[in-house]
Amino acid sequence: MAGATTATDLAIRLRAVEKTFGKGESTVRALRGVDFDVPAGEMTMLVGPSGCGKTTLISILAGLLSRDKGELEVFGQDLNALRRDRLSAWRRDNVGFIFQQFNLVPQLTVAENVSVPLVLKGESVGAAVKKANELLATLGLEGRGKSAPLKLSGGQQQRVAIARALIHEPRLLVCDEPTSALDAELGRRVMSLIRDRSHQHDRAVIVVTHDDRIFHLADRIAQMDDGLIKNIEIRAGSKPL
Amino acid sequence: MFRFAIKMLFGDNAKFYGILLGLGFASLLIAQQASIFVGLMSRTFAFIGEVGHVDLWVFDPTQSYVDEPKPLRATALPRVRGVTGVAWAAPLYKGLLVATLPDGSRKVCDVVGIDDDTLAGAPAEVVAGSIADLRMPDAVMVEVGSSQQQLRFPADLPPGAVPAPGQVFDPSAPMRPVEIGDIIELNERRARVVGLVRCAETFVAAPTIYTVYSRAVTYAPPSRRVMSTVLVGANEGVAPADLAARIRAETGLEAMQPWDYSMRTLGYWMRETGIPINFGIAIALGFFVGVAIAGQMFYNFTLDNLRYFGAFKAMGASSRLLLGMVALQALVAGVLGLGLGLGAVSAFGLSAAGGKLAFKMLWQIPLIAAGAVLVICVLASVISMWKVVRLDPADVFKGA
Ligand SMILES: Nc1ncnc2c1ncn2[C@@H]1O[C@H](COP(=O)(O)OP(=O)(O)OP(=O)(O)O)[C@@H](O)[C@H]1O
Ligand SMILES: [Mg+2]
Repeated sequence: MAGATTATDLAIRLRAVEKTFGKGESTVRALRGVDFDVPAGEMTMLVGPSGCGKTTLISILAGLLSRDKGELEVFGQDLNALRRDRLSAWRRDNVGFIFQQFNLVPQLTVAENVSVPLVLKGESVGAAVKKANELLATLGLEGRGKSAPLKLSGGQQQRVAIARALIHEPRLLVCDEPTSALDAELGRRVMSLIRDRSHQHDRAVIVVTHDDRIFHLADRIAQMDDGLIKNIEIRAGSKPL
Repeated sequence: MFRFAIKMLFGDNAKFYGILLGLGFASLLIAQQASIFVGLMSRTFAFIGEVGHVDLWVFDPTQSYVDEPKPLRATALPRVRGVTGVAWAAPLYKGLLVATLPDGSRKVCDVVGIDDDTLAGAPAEVVAGSIADLRMPDAVMVEVGSSQQQLRFPADLPPGAVPAPGQVFDPSAPMRPVEIGDIIELNERRARVVGLVRCAETFVAAPTIYTVYSRAVTYAPPSRRVMSTVLVGANEGVAPADLAARIRAETGLEAMQPWDYSMRTLGYWMRETGIPINFGIAIALGFFVGVAIAGQMFYNFTLDNLRYFGAFKAMGASSRLLLGMVALQALVAGVLGLGLGLGAVSAFGLSAAGGKLAFKMLWQIPLIAAGAVLVICVLASVISMWKVVRLDPADVFKGA
C-alpha cells in the first residue's frame, strides 16, 4: 500500500469510533462516534477543550488503546485485528511518539535514548547509537550524544525526544502537547522540524495542542469537542481530500 | 535493550547501592550465622573425631552425647573383648575434674584417660614431648589452646618448682602459660606436665588434659563406674555395623561407629538446647532484612523506572522483553549482592580462623545464601514485573 500512496491518500480513517471508560456511575464516554480522516503527507493538529477526548483519540489511532465500537484503519491496517504482541510490533515499526513529559531515561546517554526504537527493531546498540548521533547533529545537538539527558535544557531535551520519535522513520508520528514545555520561539522551531518530516507522501503527523502560536504551521486543524470531531479547517497549501 | 537495562540499574546510584547493600547484608547474615552455627555444633562431637582410627564406640545405652557422664562398670571391657570379631578393645576415661594451680586458683578441666597399653585415643597432633611419656609417673599432657589460656602460672615460678607451704602469690603479678615440667593438682593428686598437644576446640571449652587410663582413674572420684567408653577395633573383614549389632546383643551396651555417635551427640544438642532456634532466628532475620531492604529498594527502583518502561512499551517493546529486562536487573543485583556478602563472610571466616570463634563454612552454606538471595530477587522482581505487565501504554500520554 505504501508505494501507491499519493499526497491525498488517507493515512488514517476512523468511522463512528466510540470509547467509554469506567462502569456504572463513573462511566465517561470519551469518544462518542468519531469520524476522522487523516491524509498522508500532511501535519494535522487536533485542538479542543480539556477533557474532550484528544488524548484518547490519538491513543486509539496509535494502537495504544483499543476502541469499543466503530471502524479504524491506519495505513490500511485494522488495529483491532492484531493480537497484543503483533500490535506492539506494529507500533514499533510504524509509530513515533513525542510525549509531553519527554520520558528520556536519565541513566542512559542522549544518543542511547534516541537509539531505543532502532534497538527495539533489533539493530545493534553500536550501529543505532551511530545513527542517533547523526540525527542529533541535524537537530542542532552535535556532540551532545554522550551527555546525560538531564544536563540539557528543556528545549534540547525536547529535540532529543523528537530525534527518538523520528530515528526509525515511522510512518505515523503522534505528538501530545509537544510544545507546552517550550517558549514561543523554541516551540516554533520544534514544530517546523516536525513539519518538515511530515511532508512525505507516505507519512502522517498528528499533533495535539493548545498552543495557538503554532497553528499556522498546520496543514489541517481538527476541532474536537465533547468526544466528537466538530470541524476540520483546511489551511492554505493543503490539498483537499 | 538488556544493555540498557543494566545501565539503568547501575546508573541509579543510590538505589543500586541500596539494593547491593541489602542483598549483601542478607547473604552475609545468612552465611555467617549458618557458618558459626555449623562450627559451633560440630564442636559438640569434635572429640569423637579427635580419637584416631576406631571402628566402634561402646557406651551406656542411655548416654545421649559424648560428654554425658554415664560411666560403665570395669567388667564392660572384658565383656566387649569377648565378642567375636573384636580385634582390640581399649578403655577410655573422659570427665570433668578440678585442677588446682600453684597460686591456689581452681579450674575445671576435661581429663581424658587413654589406654595404658595401646595409647588408643591419643590426639593426633603432639606439639611438644611424646605421647609415650604419659607412661612416666604422674605424667599428663595439656592441650595448647584453651589450656595455655586458662592454666596460668605465676611468671616467677619456674617449671617444676613447687611453691613453699603457705607461700602467697600476688594476684596482680604477671602470669605465664603452662609449660612442660609444671606441676598441677588434679583432685588433690599430683600431675606433671610432660608435653603439649593440640586438638579440636570442644563445646565445653574447658582445658583438655590427657593422661593414661590407669592414672585418670586415680584422679577421678572413687566409684565402681569410671570407664566412660570402650573403644573397639574390628577384626579384618568384619563389618563395623555387624560387629556393633553383635556387641549390642551380647553386652546390652550401645555400640556405634564414630560418625553415627557424632550424629547422636549432635542430635542431642540440637534437640535439647535453644541453639538451633537462636541461629534459625538470626538466619531468618537475615532473610527478612534482605526482603525488606533489597526487595523494597528494587521495587522502588522499578517504580521509578515505570514511566520509562511505559514509554518503551508504547514504542513497541513487548511485555516479554520488559520482563526480561527486570529479571536481568534483579539477577545482576542478586549476583553482585551475593558476591559482596559471601566475600565479606569469607574475609570474616579467614580472620576468625584459629581464634576462639567457631566458624565452619560448608560448601552448602553459600548455596543456601544464594538460594535465599534468589528468593528475595524473585519476590522483588515478580512484584515489580506485575506492575510492568499491568502498565497501560496509553498512560504515557498522562502527566507524571
Ligand atoms: N483511563 C481512563 N479512565 C477513565 N477515564 C478516562 C481515562 N482516560 C481518559 N478518561 C476520561 O476521558 C475523557 C477524555 O480524556 P482525554 O484525556 O482524552 O482528554 P483530552 O482532550 O486529552 O484532555 P486534555 O486536554 O486535558 O489533555 C476525560 O473525561 C477523562 O477524564
Ligand atoms: Mg490530553
